[in-house]
Amino acid sequence: MNAVLPHLPALQVVVPLIGAILAAFLRRGNFAFTLTLAVSAILPFISGALLWQVLTGGPISYAMGGWAPPIGIEYRVDLLSAFVLMLISVVGVVIIPFAHRSVASEIDASKQAWFYCMYLLCLTGLLGITITGDAFNAFVFLEVSSLATYVLIAMGRDRRALLAAFQYLIIGTIGATLYVIGVGFLYLLTGSLNMVDVAQRLAAVEPDQMRTVITALAFITVGVSLKLALFPLHVWLPNAYAYAPSWVTVFLAATATKVAIYLLVRYLFSIFGVAVNLQALPVGEIIIALSLAAMFIASFVAVFETNLKRMLAYSSVAQIGYITLGIGLANQAGLTGGLVHIVNHAFMKAALFLALGAIVYRIGSARLGDLAGIGRKMPLTMAAFAVAGLGLIGTPGTSGFISKWFLAIGALDRGWWILVPAIMASSMIAFVYVGRVLEMAYLREPSAETARASDPPLSMLLPMLVLAAATVYFGFDTEWTAGIAGKASQALVQGLAR
Amino acid sequence: MKFDLILRIGTKLILPFVLVFAFYIHFHGDYRPGGGFQGGVIAAGTVFLVAITFGLAAAKRIAPNWLVEFMVPLGVLIFAGAGVAGLLMGKNYLDYSVFSANSATGHELGILIVELGVLITVAGTMTALFYAFVERGR
Repeated sequence: MNAVLPHLPALQVVVPLIGAILAAFLRRGNFAFTLTLAVSAILPFISGALLWQVLTGGPISYAMGGWAPPIGIEYRVDLLSAFVLMLISVVGVVIIPFAHRSVASEIDASKQAWFYCMYLLCLTGLLGITITGDAFNAFVFLEVSSLATYVLIAMGRDRRALLAAFQYLIIGTIGATLYVIGVGFLYLLTGSLNMVDVAQRLAAVEPDQMRTVITALAFITVGVSLKLALFPLHVWLPNAYAYAPSWVTVFLAATATKVAIYLLVRYLFSIFGVAVNLQALPVGEIIIALSLAAMFIASFVAVFETNLKRMLAYSSVAQIGYITLGIGLANQAGLTGGLVHIVNHAFMKAALFLALGAIVYRIGSARLGDLAGIGRKMPLTMAAFAVAGLGLIGTPGTSGFISKWFLAIGALDRGWWILVPAIMASSMIAFVYVGRVLEMAYLREPSAETARASDPPLSMLLPMLVLAAATVYFGFDTEWTAGIAGKASQALVQGLAR
Repeated sequence: MKFDLILRIGTKLILPFVLVFAFYIHFHGDYRPGGGFQGGVIAAGTVFLVAITFGLAAAKRIAPNWLVEFMVPLGVLIFAGAGVAGLLMGKNYLDYSVFSANSATGHELGILIVELGVLITVAGTMTALFYAFVERGR
């Protein structure tokens, strides 16, 4: 065990990478699924061990290829990255049992092995972005995960999936380009790509070079915001989520945007925030304004969507608004609320998309009108949907309430009490769009189509029930979510330059 | 082009040199412009040349679909495997010094191995792209 422990940061990325290669060799969908299952089962142990090491012994640094940082590529695990690594791994292992039947029903048998290969590559990229301490390496992993995502979305049954994937490809590439231009400016200024080293050298730049620093900040913020679908840069997201294979939507909603948010926090708090007094710039105010727009406009659009996948996608844009609101507040409680909502939203939105995936598996449609009375025919599926939906609204007793509680405290700490009624008002809009589905599912008579439906097999049911239970559990016991997020945000906020 | 003697003989003459040149570019990539990517594209060029001169069927006898699809992950496996070799020998991932007692020789060898992986994957991918374009609409 002692021989493996120091190499865990590398293994976190190498295990899914090797898994992806082997999946491409296997060719048979069932073999590739078993392999993916095995890889998914290993990953939480690696990230769990990393989290434990960070909690007990502080940040871990791993020199890739034996080249010491800042010359070589450094893998750096601190509390924030361990937290996000843990989230990706846990979501991965919880939702993978659902994939087997869902993918078998939506993807051609000849393409299933490639599908799992692409999924594992996407996972490799997301884990890589989170674990690396090198700005350019993060760009490479961003491209690895994005390219895999485009393929995964394009594999959707609907022909519009191709267009959605192409739309995302164009916007995602623009985002990655802006990001790498920003990194280029940083490299120009500091001569370094290592994130910790860049932060240290930025603090020493001449005042007349501040304009370049701000330009780099602008490029990186906008580039990453495209990836995380910050309003109004979210246009790619609804179509991508709506037409991708059901299970891919679950995975993307729970992890992909969350990793981009991680990258934004990393740049704003550990790199620019350490070197420059961001309070002097209107960064936080701009992010808060866009977050509020997301919370209201995207929620409002969700109310009028009849395709439930698109409805949940717009709801994701709104919920990302809550997370970025916490980032914009940039104080202890606010950032804790944002970070904890990364996890809480990942769990509840995965449960919702899983329930929707099960409905698509049974009745082949995700339109609101086709769901009449389905609550009586698929009771457990709709129960998971209802519980996670309550979490989305932020009902006390669910994890969504915890996130909004911290955000409200953060807003009051900052002296912006007006944000508290705003958070409550946008929760009311969430109540409308979730309530619309529940009304249709429980209060209408089943139609001919829904009358034949029944709860899906256990392998599909279990993941959504686990995630719905987690939504309730983390509404009461917050040690693992808000506890760790609080410690991570404390370290980040204390590091900020004043 | 069945009767174009010069083209057919010329292609056959030039093919081995193209392939050798691909590996020349690969082996010199560590201290001159070049490397596995460029070498891989040139190696794939041999398949294109055969397909253009002798037809797609002849090219597919040299590089059948299964081989092309096998090459794409194989190269990545070689690259990742070179990294794992470092792990197995108790060094960090992608530490090439394990390939030889002398650290500098080990690094040179390590770069050649991973670049070979790049060559195989790029040659496979370029050929797969070529086939995809040529077979479109058939």
